[in-house]
Amino acid sequence: MSSSPNMIFVIANKELRSLFAMPSTWLILAALQFIFALLFLSRLNAYLQVQAQLTQLANPPGATLIVAAPMFEALALILLMLIPIFTMRLIAEERRNKTLILLKSAPISSTEIVLGKFLGLFIFLSLIIITCSLMIMTLALGTPVDYGLLLLNVLGLLLLAASYTALGLYFSALTIQPAVAAISTIAVLFGLSLLAGISPDSSIAFDAISPTHHFRSFNNGLFNSTDLIFFLLFSITFILLTWHKLKNE
Amino acid sequence: MQAHILGYIKHHTQPAFFRDMSEPITLSAHNLHYHHGQREIIRDISLELKRGEVLGLLGHNGAGKSTTLQVLAGVLQIDSGHVEICGFDLKQHAQEAKLRIGFLPEAPPLYQDMRVDDYLTYCARLRRMQPANIAAALIQTKQRCGLQDCGTHIIGTLSKGYQQRVGIAQALIHQPQVIILDEPTVGLDPTQIKDIRTLIRELGDAHSVILSTHLLSEVESICDRVEILHHGRLIYSDSSAGMQQHGQQTGFIVSLLTPPEISVLRAINMVTEVEQLSPTQFKILHTHAINSGDTAAPAALLTLAAQHGWQAQQLTPLKAKLEDVFNQLTQDS
Repeated sequence: MSSSPNMIFVIANKELRSLFAMPSTWLILAALQFIFALLFLSRLNAYLQVQAQLTQLANPPGATLIVAAPMFEALALILLMLIPIFTMRLIAEERRNKTLILLKSAPISSTEIVLGKFLGLFIFLSLIIITCSLMIMTLALGTPVDYGLLLLNVLGLLLLAASYTALGLYFSALTIQPAVAAISTIAVLFGLSLLAGISPDSSIAFDAISPTHHFRSFNNGLFNSTDLIFFLLFSITFILLTWHKLKNE
Repeated sequence: MQAHILGYIKHHTQPAFFRDMSEPITLSAHNLHYHHGQREIIRDISLELKRGEVLGLLGHNGAGKSTTLQVLAGVLQIDSGHVEICGFDLKQHAQEAKLRIGFLPEAPPLYQDMRVDDYLTYCARLRRMQPANIAAALIQTKQRCGLQDCGTHIIGTLSKGYQQRVGIAQALIHQPQVIILDEPTVGLDPTQIKDIRTLIRELGDAHSVILSTHLLSEVESICDRVEILHHGRLIYSDSSAGMQQHGQQTGFIVSLLTPPEISVLRAINMVTEVEQLSPTQFKILHTHAINSGDTAAPAALLTLAAQHGWQAQQLTPLKAKLEDVFNQLTQDS
């Protein structure tokens, strides 16, 4: 299971380049920014309307909590639907186009293939998360911003994106049809997300395996090491499963 | 251009039979087995390849050619047996071994949306080439494969023949010692086939090439040696020179369902050489009998077979063409 960072970056670089070579990537990015901006404006508008009443409260919540936090929650939902569209190609398409053989006959290990593909897409998703966060940071132009809450949300989103990418990567490794990989990833992610809504007094802690549930702590400005460990374990598990699948076929 | 001329001179001053003896073995495979589900795809395959040798793997569709080549290239994991590339075990030292292999699969592994230059550069990187050496290798490889003018073309827009050339180029760019080509000329027009055969012949001077084909003429024109694969087993192996000798030798191939010891066959009058091709098939060479011509030895053998119950089934005289050998060996009995 030897691996060198060099080869991981060669593959990550190739993934990034092929992402940006596709017109659909730019279309998705543009649509995402447009929708996100619309959401942001309407949220901001709502805040401005209640702002006067909020000042009468003894300890009023700030703009960060009222505007930024729900925006990050919306981005989490968008990522849930967006990431499977990107992960589906990672391995399934290489298999369908018979280019996986190029990687398998090259002097690189399965570890390097899996980590390279994961890293390439993760860097791309980080760009999306960062550009959206920059948009939210424009709040700082008009009001003091709670940077702690903001950074924690960004960290939460990055961890969420890593988990979704790892899961999508695994489903992509299981099939030859990218569409099958996308649909099954969306189905599983959506199911996991629904688990977070189950009432907390239920005897079985279903929401413990839901990434959405663990993201909520970050979303509310709560840094809990359990959540951090959950995301890391979730990502590592699916990366290992992908590695195992690729190695043994 | 210079490299091309040198290759030309080298090729024509050093005929294959002159080099074979002293060259090192670059690829050796022992007792390879591969299952897919319940089905046994290849059985007990052993191969050896020397530097400067072009080996043709011949067989019908579904004989296991592609599987064998994929096993040799380290794409498929074998159930048992082992492959060594230049002394490195393909399983234990996969990285070192794969560095020395260039592989063109049946369907060239091309990214349709990439430019030729970008694609070949990526392939060079995948084979761990130093970035400083890639530019020169790129120019040289494109020249060898006749892709000089296609560097900036998108692969998906190229014709099938050119895509095949790009596929061959990716197998060569890192100067591997063993080049594995799976049906390199399939689907090409006659001129392109000729170009690619010339290229393969040229590659055979400094590298080892193993290629699969179902075209007998291809084997006869470019290979130093041939192995015939049938139902996942190697059933016949001969040098190119040996193949051409079939016409001059007097002999025959015979199937004996319950064969005796090989020494018994050797002891038959006039028989000079016996070679076992498969458990039931034997290639027997014999001398001319003065009065009865070429029929004395086969007649003697058939008489003995009838006496001892060897169950002789087929008896085919050796003819000038590989085609006859091939047809006879791959007939399903």
